[in-house]
Amino acid sequence: MAGLTMAQINKNAAQIKATLVGNKKVGQYHQLIINIGDIANFCKPGNFVAISVGGDTSRMVLRRAFAISRVSTSSTFGGTMELIIAPLGAGSTWLCAQSEGTILDIVVPLGNAFGIPTEPVATLLVGGGYGSAPLFGLAELLHARGCRVDMLLGASTAGKIYAPMEGKRSVNSLRIFTEDGSMGQTGRVTQPIAELIENLSIAVIYSCGPMAMLAAIDEITRGTDVVHQCGVEESMACGIGICMTCVLPVSDGAGVVSMLRSCIDGPVMDGSHVQWNASGGIA
Amino acid sequence: MSTLDFSTTLGNAWFPSPIFTASGCASSGRELAQFIDLRDIGAVVTKSIMNKARLGRPTPRMAETASGMLNSIGLQGPGIDKFIEHDIAFLVEQKARIIVSIAGESVEEYAILARKLRAVAGISAIEVNISCPNVENRGMVFACDGDAARRVVDGVRRAIGGELPIIVKLSPDVTDLVAIAKSVIESGADALALINTVLGMVINTETMRPHLGAKTGGLSGPAIKPIAVRAVFQVHAAFPKIPILGMGGVSTGRDAFEMILAGASGVSIGTASFGNPTALISIHNELKELLTIKGFASLREAVGYAHRTQEAT
Repeated sequence: MAGLTMAQINKNAAQIKATLVGNKKVGQYHQLIINIGDIANFCKPGNFVAISVGGDTSRMVLRRAFAISRVSTSSTFGGTMELIIAPLGAGSTWLCAQSEGTILDIVVPLGNAFGIPTEPVATLLVGGGYGSAPLFGLAELLHARGCRVDMLLGASTAGKIYAPMEGKRSVNSLRIFTEDGSMGQTGRVTQPIAELIENLSIAVIYSCGPMAMLAAIDEITRGTDVVHQCGVEESMACGIGICMTCVLPVSDGAGVVSMLRSCIDGPVMDGSHVQWNASGGIA
Repeated sequence: MSTLDFSTTLGNAWFPSPIFTASGCASSGRELAQFIDLRDIGAVVTKSIMNKARLGRPTPRMAETASGMLNSIGLQGPGIDKFIEHDIAFLVEQKARIIVSIAGESVEEYAILARKLRAVAGISAIEVNISCPNVENRGMVFACDGDAARRVVDGVRRAIGGELPIIVKLSPDVTDLVAIAKSVIESGADALALINTVLGMVINTETMRPHLGAKTGGLSGPAIKPIAVRAVFQVHAAFPKIPILGMGGVSTGRDAFEMILAGASGVSIGTASFGNPTALISIHNELKELLTIKGFASLREAVGYAHRTQEAT
């Protein structure tokens, strides 16, 4: 039920001190590896993490939320998680500047996870810009479950495409689109979706990226049997469900619209339930 | 081991700790319960609840600022009936102490809310929020007008007075805070909550428009702490017998100690919980330690200690 008071915080969420064990620049992004111990066992594709930034005397009082791109339960450090972060704002810039060995104050895992089909169906993963990061961990999981996995990545320009070499192992095909034509095909990532749904009999689309991209995918899938699970993004103060800032208008399917927290009822939502036209405003 | 008496009272309600959540900064406690034991704090002050369900203001609802943040939630909530059924029931089940915060669009709505809460077991006090800045009509900010504030408190007192302490939450965005405090005390407030957020604005330099969907929002966090300390100090000086629940930018035990010294009998933690879900507990522990180090035998002794005359050291 999509009621205001019913959704609950991820039952595995914990506040921990965690060591940054890797920080590598990959194009315009940083790949951070953080040792989270046994909590890695509870992290699922779609979950996110909230990290304190700036140190004890920082004027940045709020945590920064990042999607977990992948976890490893058997690295040389034990359980680790990987984050792909673009140093755009003051908080992410601080984080990307931290060296290995830095102790971070993190809350993890947060939010819900992508639903995994019980049958080995055909899936399409669509990522926009840095939003593509969690799709690679998801692709591995879907591939292991016997699903067909096709992936589309898009961005305004080549430098904003995140597509690690090893990520390609789990996908049947990967196509890249840039608006300026600097990598892959010229155009938008949403262009081939309708055709792919038909040709590959896609049952589920998983998407991560800018809200406009998610809304465009919803338009394509509306009226079809394709399930659209999208990872939404709204600016968030707490990440743990207490501030009520990261809300989206979401229908419960029976026409009742509630403002749901993307940190608790999301970040993964059913694209057909999100009221894309009312996003931001309220009727 | 410390023998410090850390308990406090607001009106006739007793609390084992002077550290509370701030309304609107803990939802209804359910999520914080993942990180802390709600019984360890003075009470959960719930988000301000209205009579009917309310969707709140458009997004973006948040903008981080230097040592603070703006929010424009606009009192989103399920309405009092569902709130009693789900949220209060959860808190009662957790054995948390509960202060229910109420907000209305009219004098009558506050009275209706108070009447509905009268029948609910397990509540320690009512916070009457007459100072939320995130409403479409600034005329709804009863705390900006002494007469309007008086009428609201009159109505609540008639509905519930004598049964539960009435804590009235005021705004620092007024010319004469002491005069507003006087109005609500005269009409029956048992305690005051100081301060609500301070009205502010951020302009997005990319879009070159106000960043928040609602344009304006309430500023909270360490940036407003000196305003809060000043407000508590002024009101305590004028009404030393009225208990004050102090809040505004408290994020350490030392900050809470400042509030107590200024005249607060309890301290609410808001924005600090957004940055640190265990802030309530660390502040509780740090304050306890500070009071002990400073030689206080009880929290009560420290309340308003900054007001003492030079001779009495």
